[in-house]
Amino acid sequence: MYDRGIILTGLGAFLVVVLLPFWWGAAAGQPGADPPDLPAATAQPCVMEPAYMRAAHMDLLNRWRDEVVRNDARFFTAADGYGLESGRERDEKSLSLTCLRCHDKEQFCDRCHDYSGIAPTCWKCHVVPPGGE
Amino acid sequence: MDQSRRTFLRTAGIAVLGISGGGSYVAARAIAAGQHDGGKTAAGVRYALAIDTQKCAAQHGCTACITACHAEHNVPAVDVPEREIKWIWKEEAEHALHEYFDDYTSDELRRREIPVLCNHCDNPPCVRVCPTQATYKRADGPVMMDMHRCIGCRYCVVGCPYGARSFNYGDPREFLPNGEPTNARYPTRSKGVVEKCTLCTERLARGLRPACVEACPAGAMLFGDLEDPGSEIRAFLQTNFTVRRKAEVGTRPHVHYKL
Repeated sequence: MYDRGIILTGLGAFLVVVLLPFWWGAAAGQPGADPPDLPAATAQPCVMEPAYMRAAHMDLLNRWRDEVVRNDARFFTAADGYGLESGRERDEKSLSLTCLRCHDKEQFCDRCHDYSGIAPTCWKCHVVPPGGE
Repeated sequence: MDQSRRTFLRTAGIAVLGISGGGSYVAARAIAAGQHDGGKTAAGVRYALAIDTQKCAAQHGCTACITACHAEHNVPAVDVPEREIKWIWKEEAEHALHEYFDDYTSDELRRREIPVLCNHCDNPPCVRVCPTQATYKRADGPVMMDMHRCIGCRYCVVGCPYGARSFNYGDPREFLPNGEPTNARYPTRSKGVVEKCTLCTERLARGLRPACVEACPAGAMLFGDLEDPGSEIRAFLQTNFTVRRKAEVGTRPHVHYKL
């Protein structure tokens, strides 16, 4: 092979540049941060099971959005009655009024979204009730 | 086939007449059908507003309906006139209902300030021009906005003959009183969407009347179901002569004014 030295040096430089984010992370001592340990909801069980919410809360919120705005179907009852204990008869399909009643936006939503590198646009309009209530 | 120029032209002419005549007939039928559905709704409910402008005027400069509405829906107070956001505001009767005025109408009636807002038309031009169906007609009357779908093209702003729609040129949260939403139950809007009166659909869902109706100290605003023959608004329209803004353009508006 002609010019073996030049080619190998070039390949090496290429790998260094392409994998720069990994070197950067290793140098900063954060080889893949652990998922944040989210605080549990303050009170009642959630409207759906935690496993479902973890995987698909955005689908649920999108469905709620369409149902409320387009069909005026504003109240939610889980099929299996989950989340309907503690005297709650029905929940409003509302991020601000139902989800944030138990979850703190900064401690719960934001921490995981920041970790995942996601910036949902919900908060540009939807209000965080004062005092986390 | 033997065909002279004359017979060809004759046949072609008859064919063109036949096609265009038939087309016009179909179009006329469609237009007539559209004009005669009389506002009957699929829901069997037709929410509307009636405003007694005499009772309203007797309050002299009252803005309770505007204040209540704008606080309820976190409507930003933008000072710049061409960028202001309004769901309900006051207009001189001569401007809002000019077609009912002539040179000899009394000055009092001309200058009478009347509340104007979205007319929740049966045939809303804003809905027809919206390319994303972000604004749509609900079966029970209100013309609704889906802020999630609005792309900010402002066709509806141009389409509305009543100027009832406002565009958010900037982040509306910057113009909220004290920088905070006045009603934490209701979302604000984001930059780049159009907003307007929604006839308080979120309050109707909870069994409440629209905020403006509730706030009026004179009881000058009536809210009700036009399809219910026993409703208060039907009785009002039966016993008073009322007019609507620009009804002649065919929008079939449903805010009724008693002058």
